[in-house]
Amino acid sequence: MNSLKSQGFAPVVSDLKKDGSEWTVKEKIMLGLSPKEYMAVQLRNPFNWVLWAIYAVGLPILVGRFIFGLGWVTHSSYDYPWGLFLGWGLFTMVPLSASGFMMGTTVELFGRKDFKPIERLGLLNGLLGYLFAVMFLQVDLGQPWRLIYPMFVSLGPAAVLFLVAWHVATYLSCQVAELVPAFGEWMGFPRAKKFIKSIVLGLTIAGIILSTLHQGALGALFTYAPGKVHPLWYSSPFQWLHFFVSAVFAGLSMLIVVSTFTKWFMRWRCDENYLGNLSKLTLGLAKGASLALITYLVIKIIGIAHDNNWQYLLSGWGAWFLFEMVVGVILPLVFYTTAVRNGNASLARLGAFMAVFGLALNRLNTALIAFNWKLYQELPHWRELVIVITVYATYIVVYRAVLARMPILYTWKEKK
Amino acid sequence: MKMLNRRSFLKGGLAGGAAIAAVGTSKQALAGTQSFGGYPDSMGVLVDLTKCVGCRTCEAACNKEQGLPEPDKPFDDPSVFDERREGGLPRRTSEKAYTVVQKYDVPGREHPLFRKVQCNHCNEPACLTSCFVNAYRKTPEGAVMYDPTVCVGCRTCMVACPFYIPAYSYSSATNPVVKKCIMCYETRLKFGRPPACVEACPQEVMTFGKRKDLLKLAHQRISEKPEAYVDHVYGETEVGGTAWLYMSDVPFDQIGYDTHLGTQPIINYVKEFLAIVPMVLTIWPALFTGFHLLSNRKDAAKNEQNNS
Repeated sequence: MNSLKSQGFAPVVSDLKKDGSEWTVKEKIMLGLSPKEYMAVQLRNPFNWVLWAIYAVGLPILVGRFIFGLGWVTHSSYDYPWGLFLGWGLFTMVPLSASGFMMGTTVELFGRKDFKPIERLGLLNGLLGYLFAVMFLQVDLGQPWRLIYPMFVSLGPAAVLFLVAWHVATYLSCQVAELVPAFGEWMGFPRAKKFIKSIVLGLTIAGIILSTLHQGALGALFTYAPGKVHPLWYSSPFQWLHFFVSAVFAGLSMLIVVSTFTKWFMRWRCDENYLGNLSKLTLGLAKGASLALITYLVIKIIGIAHDNNWQYLLSGWGAWFLFEMVVGVILPLVFYTTAVRNGNASLARLGAFMAVFGLALNRLNTALIAFNWKLYQELPHWRELVIVITVYATYIVVYRAVLARMPILYTWKEKK
Repeated sequence: MKMLNRRSFLKGGLAGGAAIAAVGTSKQALAGTQSFGGYPDSMGVLVDLTKCVGCRTCEAACNKEQGLPEPDKPFDDPSVFDERREGGLPRRTSEKAYTVVQKYDVPGREHPLFRKVQCNHCNEPACLTSCFVNAYRKTPEGAVMYDPTVCVGCRTCMVACPFYIPAYSYSSATNPVVKKCIMCYETRLKFGRPPACVEACPQEVMTFGKRKDLLKLAHQRISEKPEAYVDHVYGETEVGGTAWLYMSDVPFDQIGYDTHLGTQPIINYVKEFLAIVPMVLTIWPALFTGFHLLSNRKDAAKNEQNNS
């Protein structure tokens, strides 16, 4: 598509074509290309070849999981009831999607309108991340068709997961509402936008409440297993805070990472307002993320001090923990702060990639690697890994499809 | 309509009052600062590990009573003791076996020590408190029951159980459920009868009775024969106390028992988070609306000037 644009192709940016007639929905879905051109573009893209390869292997296995059960795709471990589906799909995807509430807060609540060009990308990153976290959950649940049981059939309101279920469901609808303006512009429903604008402050505050609690709750879930998670990754009073604060820098860092990808691979879809502001906004996000990172670093140290876990730092687990902290927290912090000081957006992007890696490592450590540290290590079944890759590939496909169409990376030109 | 609402309200009020009256005898329960601590007359089982010879009759009895599938190896096959699952660990409870006997070769001990493993039926079960569909309940008789008809299959109970007891029928695609010992509640305990494993044991390893009586009995046995037992009844205080209690002549940490579980019920570790939930829900709206007003004060001032 980037090359197409350099040849003079103009993507859809308003209701009207150049000649003044209206785009039909079908044409909008086809990105303003003819069906033939559209297919040609899809076939030419080498990334699509990779996706087809993933689906060729992954789809049959994904279907097989629902025909033959979890036992066919996992090791059926009683000791490790949670595997990659939740370790990656829930515990990692959700904090990486905290960008939604962060951007809502920045722009709508704190009134930092200068972040507007990247606000919608943050919201979309949030919405899709949560949506696919639920997809991963549906793959993992033994009886996914009972997903609504905790809502309406049999309620266990004193359980942490009850809170997670309700909050993720409510927050998903909250995020859908926050993105209605983008969808409304694209579909040509201007009234929807007006309505959402009138309730946006309420939505944003609801987003903050729900995010604080469910990001924290994901951490609190591990406080049910005080003896199973290694003490360096466990803190009963602070676990929820550790998870919440790390979600803040993770969401911002993921937003930098995604925006970097859009700059590289979807330049055709970005407008001047977005591209021209991106470096400045990246540094702005880096500033916010570095505040969260330093907070996180300190409260992690407080966590160790509070439970007097210093002696574990000298063990093998301690070395692994220090690796996570240095590569995933301290180095990104150094890169971010240096980047902000020198106005170097590229360095901030490197920091963002490392912070995202650090967050993922932390969640996988807590949920899988340092879990059952007194027992043994469990390597996931290969089919489990294939399903994770397949679902994640679908996340990327949907993400790309929305970015290519709706006014996320560009500003919709309203009818005069 | 109004009348009905009021009536149901009154009914609710009466039920609540009755509940308070029921626990009213205990002031601690009303104060809410204490743990639940278990039903006063709940039943339990005292297991004297020194008497067990590893015949696995209890396993067979459990299999029959609970209608479990036939085991891979017959119940008189001692080779199962040498089976090792991942991590070199002995076999554990599974979807096909609610109780298993493990063998421990203890240096200096004449015979190997056998240990029976099954759900310990905690006073304040972690599985129960972690379940978001309320699939678990603790009966006044002491059993921890599981309702497979509401279970979603999140398996948090398996993560939460400090004893690694609940198993899951992963092999089923359409109706996978948690599988664990229910202390033969439906067929026996409900009628005041001991669980099948207890009754079947030829060595009388297990004693069935009221938990508080069993504790007295255990300590009496220890004080009568202090050289024959370690001075600890496992399950008396672990994670808030369990219905199943154990006596041993070998320190518990040498025979696979986790001796670092602490005396707090698992839910106590979660309470610090649970306490902040209502606070965040009530404080955040005002706090962040305040931030909003504060950060937009210049715009607001400008608007006012324009209007005047």
